[in-house]
Amino acid sequence: MKGLLSIAVAVAALAAVPLVVHSNVVFNFLAATLVIALAGQGWNILGGYGGQYSFGHAAFFGTGAFMNAILQVQYDVNAWISFAVGIAAGAIVGAIIGGLAFRAGLRSSYFALVTLAFAEVLRILASIAPITGAGVGLLVKLDLRVQSFQFHSRAAFYFVILALVALALVIARFLERSRFGTWLIAVRENEDAAMALGVDTFAIKLAAMVLSATITAAAGCFYVQYFLFIDSGIAYGTWISIEALLTPIIGGVGSVFGALVGALAVKSLGEGAKLVTGDVPGLDLMIYGAVLILVIRFAPRGIVGAFADTRERVARRFIAGTSVREAIRG
Amino acid sequence: MLDDQLSLSRRRFLSTTALGVAAASASLAMPSFPRAQNAHVKVGLLHPVTGALSYSGQQGRIGATMAVEEINTAGGIKALGGAKIEPMLGDAQSTPEGGTAEVEKMNAADVSCIIGGYASSICLAVSQAAARYDLPYVVDVGVADSIVTRGLKNTFRFSPGFGVITKTALDNLTIINGQAGKPAKTVIIVHEDSLFGSGLAKLLNAQLPPKGFEILETIPHPTPTRDFANVVLKIKAQNPDLVIPANYYNEYVLLARTMQEQHVRPKGIYSVLGGAASSYKFVKEFPDAAKYVMDCNHWFNPKSAKAQELKKNVEDKGQFFTYELYLNYSAVLLVADALERAASADRVKLITALENSTFASPIMPYGPTKFVNGQNQGAAPVNTQVLDNDIKVILPPEFASAKPVFPVPT
Amino acid sequence: MLSPLILCSVVLNGLMVGAVYALVALGLTLIYGVLHIINFAHGALLSAALFAAFFAYQKLGLDPYLAAILLAPLFFAFGYALQRFIIGPASHGDDRNMLLVTLGLAVLIENALLCAFRADTRTVELAYGFRTIDFGFTFLAVPRVISFATVFVMALALWLIMILTDTGKAIRAVAKEKLGAELAGIDVAHIYALAFGLGTACVAIAACVLIPTYYVNPMAGNAFVLVAFTIVVLGGMGSVPGALIGGLVTGVVESLGGFFFGESLGQLGIFLIFIAVLLVRPRGLFGAST
Repeated sequence: MKGLLSIAVAVAALAAVPLVVHSNVVFNFLAATLVIALAGQGWNILGGYGGQYSFGHAAFFGTGAFMNAILQVQYDVNAWISFAVGIAAGAIVGAIIGGLAFRAGLRSSYFALVTLAFAEVLRILASIAPITGAGVGLLVKLDLRVQSFQFHSRAAFYFVILALVALALVIARFLERSRFGTWLIAVRENEDAAMALGVDTFAIKLAAMVLSATITAAAGCFYVQYFLFIDSGIAYGTWISIEALLTPIIGGVGSVFGALVGALAVKSLGEGAKLVTGDVPGLDLMIYGAVLILVIRFAPRGIVGAFADTRERVARRFIAGTSVREAIRG
Repeated sequence: MLDDQLSLSRRRFLSTTALGVAAASASLAMPSFPRAQNAHVKVGLLHPVTGALSYSGQQGRIGATMAVEEINTAGGIKALGGAKIEPMLGDAQSTPEGGTAEVEKMNAADVSCIIGGYASSICLAVSQAAARYDLPYVVDVGVADSIVTRGLKNTFRFSPGFGVITKTALDNLTIINGQAGKPAKTVIIVHEDSLFGSGLAKLLNAQLPPKGFEILETIPHPTPTRDFANVVLKIKAQNPDLVIPANYYNEYVLLARTMQEQHVRPKGIYSVLGGAASSYKFVKEFPDAAKYVMDCNHWFNPKSAKAQELKKNVEDKGQFFTYELYLNYSAVLLVADALERAASADRVKLITALENSTFASPIMPYGPTKFVNGQNQGAAPVNTQVLDNDIKVILPPEFASAKPVFPVPT
Repeated sequence: MLSPLILCSVVLNGLMVGAVYALVALGLTLIYGVLHIINFAHGALLSAALFAAFFAYQKLGLDPYLAAILLAPLFFAFGYALQRFIIGPASHGDDRNMLLVTLGLAVLIENALLCAFRADTRTVELAYGFRTIDFGFTFLAVPRVISFATVFVMALALWLIMILTDTGKAIRAVAKEKLGAELAGIDVAHIYALAFGLGTACVAIAACVLIPTYYVNPMAGNAFVLVAFTIVVLGGMGSVPGALIGGLVTGVVESLGGFFFGESLGQLGIFLIFIAVLLVRPRGLFGAST
């Protein structure tokens, strides 16, 4: 229960923001940040807990996004239904890619490469197929009604994505507590040993991949509802693959809040960087690259990990200090 | 210049970062920057100055800010008591999300209007985001027809869109071909495979055959394309009279160079919205490959003294006088004129003023201005050709400074 | 259109393009062979080298082929320093961390170039840049023929270094058995850095050879990165002959695919082959079985 409490507190804090702030600029910023947090949480399931670093999570983001857009634009399907189908489509793609990659026993660099390749293949296909609008992309009609899953108020969108993120946090927490989670972490720590102990590593990795893909696909579906435009570069581009892995790494890989913390940190950093760098092109992204390297170097467990480490160190110091004092007092 | 960019000011912090806006709107006290509505009219200038499109974005911003400076130096908006235009510079970061975020910030800062966008995908997102606030938005470049056909009352485009450009290109091609005695029958189209290239290719495929041209092949290619040897091989093998390229600068350069390398010399290269075909940079760096290339594109009116003066100003500063620059310049002038006629910085009044605008840009070769559904009906591209190491307008005759040379002399 | 002469031209074009791919892939495979990671910064390094070659031409008047003599050692030092002082220490020895650090470097380098030199494309106009050799049915540009020759020279040079020099033997020892090499007294961190340096030097030479027929901007290297990965996997990670043959084969396949199915689908073909190789025979044509 305690684990869920921390999630509830965090979500409540974020949900309270619209009570204090009434600026659409902020809601837009937070909504965009939470989309990345959601995509990153998806990556975190497979990468953080499972140790399988995918460099092509765009494949799931884009599939969710395109499925959602295609159903609405080409087939006039209700937005809520197409959203759900988009998520399912992402899961299926996850199963296919995961199935192929893990069946072939791909790991580390090879796994990163094959996921990258799949994302690229999808991007190229989307850029030439008429159903995805080919080069033009797809434009979802502006229709600010609840039936179309669009809202007049930006705050409403914010609550939707916050709810999705909350769900993803809860999923991660349950994962941590479950036997599945234990096996997954075992695969991450030492796959061969896990196999030797009788764990069906293929099934575990595949399940993690499907779950991961589902969550990231949801982020893609939401992106379309919010920005109403998608094309092959946005859907399957390397930008989202990189952001989906950057945020949990920086925030704290393999932790429940890692992706959320990372997304908030990275996006805030981006805003702050723009402030300092103005419009000198590239300077803010240079900072991203540098931060990634520095985090790996000095805080490989990310912000959340560094927090936990500091807490441990302080606690140890406190306990050590206390017992010495007690010893002196006799 | 770096100092300007690095200097912090409280006002800038508060208005340009989401954090700042959060702080400002969360505080219960009055906003701490002065609302000097009488002395200034805020206009948002939104361009992709960072990211993949940064060159175009920077050029666009230069053009827009030049216009703002000129207007302010000449006394500002007279109908508002000489109010100066206060530009709020925004960076779309070459993505639709970046553009949307900037719209939110500009809206929060109470701009009267937003100008810019550049790429069609950014323009689409920005127009929608702005529509939520009835915030007038003037597109600078974005040519996709869908930008002005969605019934958004707030969106205006002073420059021509796809449909018009393609139609003019085809009409002019027929004219040029006819004037030369119809030496061209066969065509190969080489286009980049995203929004602009594919859209263009589709229209060309539909409209060229009825005009008597035979399309031998339509060759799409991705952006970026590393090598055009095979594309040129196909062209060489089929020996078309005309090659019609529609791609971005880098690919066009590679294509042109490869054609030169392989001694492929069709009767003419007729580009539509060419990335480099009407680019001074291209002419300067590849004089041989650029010779005689024709383009149907955005261009300024060479017979306008004002345009020539502007061009000289820009080139004296070491920049190229590119379409992003003068299209933005015109867009700002359009908005200033609308502000004068509306005699108000109010958004809704500005939209009405834009709808009724008959503003004629001093530097653009357009017909009389009339907005229908946000599209200026007078907007038109012109045909240019690279002659004597310079880019000359060859059609329509009222703006032409040279006669077309077609077919290419052997 | 399907005359044998045309086909011949297509294959020749493919070989020319493939030669450049192979040059880029040589460095990558070397780095993989020793460090066992895919260097995601490879494309950004290529872009940096292109800029270096450009400025060598513009400011020093150096012909790119001569500039290679200057730039190869310069980039070797740069690569050595990158691995020794940034990548190595940052990764704490974990493969996955190394991947991320190289990714971070890619973002950093590419945007540093953007920041310093802006996004506009620059090109180099050489007097002999358009000169061609007439083969009757096709013209081959002189710079392309030079690239083709260069890749063989490079591959041979690398192979000789590996086989004959002590350093080469040490590199091969570390590649095969890191722990054993360490126990034998080899400074592994130094060897890692050497390998990275060599790989980067290869990239510099590739850039010098590429610049007469290509262009320079911060994103230029990216266009080659994914193809380079494909070749390294196809040829076998760590195999110099593999990179050479893989590069040429990939060039020809891309050329034929692009010619018959369109350039966009040709790109698709490359990736599908890539995925197929990864799934079926990850060690590639010449790679060692893990």
